[in-house]
Amino acid sequence: MNMQQAIKMTAAETALVDAYTAQIGDLPGDGSVLSVRDTLVHELKTAGLPTRRVESWHYTDLRTLLRAVPAADPSAFADRVDALVTGATVLSVRNGHADVKGNAPEGVTIRSYTDSLLDGSAAAGLAVLGSDDAIGRINGGLVRGGLELSIADGTELEDPLEIQLVQSLGQAHTRFPVSFGANTKATVIERHLSTNSAESLISSVSDIVVGEGADITWIVLQQQGAADTHLGQIRFDLAKDAKLHLFLINAGGKLVRQEIHGKTSGEGADFKLRGINLLGGESHTDVTFTLGHNVPHTTSTEIIRNVVFDRAKGVFQGKILVAKDAQKTDAKMACNTLLLSDDADLSAKPELEIFADDVQCGHGATVADIDHTQLFYLMARGIPENKARGMLVNAFVAEIVEELDDEPLVEALESVISTWLEKHA
Amino acid sequence: MLEIKNLHARIAEDGTEIIRGLNLTVKAGEVAAIMGPNGSGKSTLSYILSGREDYEVTEGEILYNGENILELEASERAAKGIFLAFQYPVEIPGVATMQFLKVAMNEQRKYRGEDELTTPEFMRRVKEAAAELKIAPEMLRRPLNVGFSGGEKKRAEILQMALLEPKLCVLDETDSGLDIDALKIVADGVNALRSPDRAVIVITHYQRLLDYIVPDTVHVLYKGQVIKSGDKTLAHELEANGYADIIEAAA
Repeated sequence: MNMQQAIKMTAAETALVDAYTAQIGDLPGDGSVLSVRDTLVHELKTAGLPTRRVESWHYTDLRTLLRAVPAADPSAFADRVDALVTGATVLSVRNGHADVKGNAPEGVTIRSYTDSLLDGSAAAGLAVLGSDDAIGRINGGLVRGGLELSIADGTELEDPLEIQLVQSLGQAHTRFPVSFGANTKATVIERHLSTNSAESLISSVSDIVVGEGADITWIVLQQQGAADTHLGQIRFDLAKDAKLHLFLINAGGKLVRQEIHGKTSGEGADFKLRGINLLGGESHTDVTFTLGHNVPHTTSTEIIRNVVFDRAKGVFQGKILVAKDAQKTDAKMACNTLLLSDDADLSAKPELEIFADDVQCGHGATVADIDHTQLFYLMARGIPENKARGMLVNAFVAEIVEELDDEPLVEALESVISTWLEKHA
Repeated sequence: MLEIKNLHARIAEDGTEIIRGLNLTVKAGEVAAIMGPNGSGKSTLSYILSGREDYEVTEGEILYNGENILELEASERAAKGIFLAFQYPVEIPGVATMQFLKVAMNEQRKYRGEDELTTPEFMRRVKEAAAELKIAPEMLRRPLNVGFSGGEKKRAEILQMALLEPKLCVLDETDSGLDIDALKIVADGVNALRSPDRAVIVITHYQRLLDYIVPDTVHVLYKGQVIKSGDKTLAHELEANGYADIIEAAA
């Protein structure tokens, strides 16, 4: 990012810096943490929020799009909701405050992230990923809570862990460093939702380390309110033979940026990204993904399906980097979009940067309307046009959900999708 | 039941005229075969009957039980009892076959003001009809037509027809791509549906299917017109001598 002094701070930039200033002395952290916070907020003040001139923010000019920031309201209350699937262990985070009481499943250690800020162990993790890491900067400056999870070697969790983030209004900045030990098996649901239509600003960073031979499914389900700004970031690092199936559903929010940045660090690692973006109204939703295939013999597939209604705008940026030594990398990325109104818009920017010579990499992007032959077939069986269209849109994304090998979870996600479609189609 | 009067129709996109003054009457209880060389307008006729929007009717009318159906949507025509068995059934990944069958049956019932089927009743009907057509339950668990063989697709079409109980069945080249065993199963399925209050239009290239589904009337379609009509012996004549003589006689 360009470091010149911004001439005049925007209302949102001023509000973010003021939020920090107002909380000095109250934000948790030891000396090392506070010094990182100071640096991050100083950078935010001097560089400002990223504009379209910053390459990775080209389609999401945050400085223009983020018009205002709601004030934090420490007295605001949010209720927890039922788990997405029955049997899940719910770890509740309400308006940014994590609840560490309750029973952790065997093999899982849960610690308050606030404690890690207070004793300074969180300091190193607060570093930004690069000069354009605006989410890391905002979150690092203002984070108050979250959870640190560690899953002991060999632990196999039968039921999912649900990190349930419920927001009512104001701001929340949370972090979730999670480390999965060797040969663990688990499903984690990171679920963001809003209880009302009041405006919120949410930033959340999950830092996932997947140990040797572990097999992890991580689901991000974003259902913020129609006035909310959601800035999410997932970081991941895969050890030898580790598997991560990251499943992202965006079904809410007004201004959403979900970043995913990961790397393979051990041979045999396998990464799978499946993304569904359900976009409607005047919303703006950006999914930005980077993956470094850093060692030989690692694989990845990415499939993103976008359904865009109304005047919504979607962005998918996907960049796969194959390091010089990462021979035998196999990576395939696809972004498919259904544009369902004349004013709907989607920008897709898939990129490959390959420095190794013996690899198999590919990417593709398609944009289409409903298939008319399929539509006629359904109507010729007596299904009215609106219903038939709904079935086809649903089918376009359901295909991806069905890949999850967990029936209650598939059903729960399909119901989220069909509820959204019924409301918007 | 069906009366087509001086029908003219063209492809909406490029204006090519396909149907040029077609007249045809099919009575309740009748099985009518429509035969004709490639490009004569057979499939187009089936699409126009079922309401596909890619075609534009420029003249004439189609009366179904006395009602002009040209302004009706495909889904309304289906709910009123018109069924098209597709020459190429469409694969729809992501739509489960059972879900599709249930939605189709219930949407038609809703349109007609009937109660929706309960799930057990729906299951019973599907099971029964599938067994008749030798359709394995595994097939019904797959997405609609996805990964079905040619024969399976055609049998699935007849299954839909049996479940939806239409009044006017249009079979568009249902015999194409079928081996003799599959052909017999399909023909048995169609014959089982023959009844005094139901009409069937069988569109085909070949006499072969008509050995199994014996028609009451046979109509030869050429350049968008019916140029000759007769009984089942006309089909045998065509099989033996080809279309050339009839086309010449009509010219």
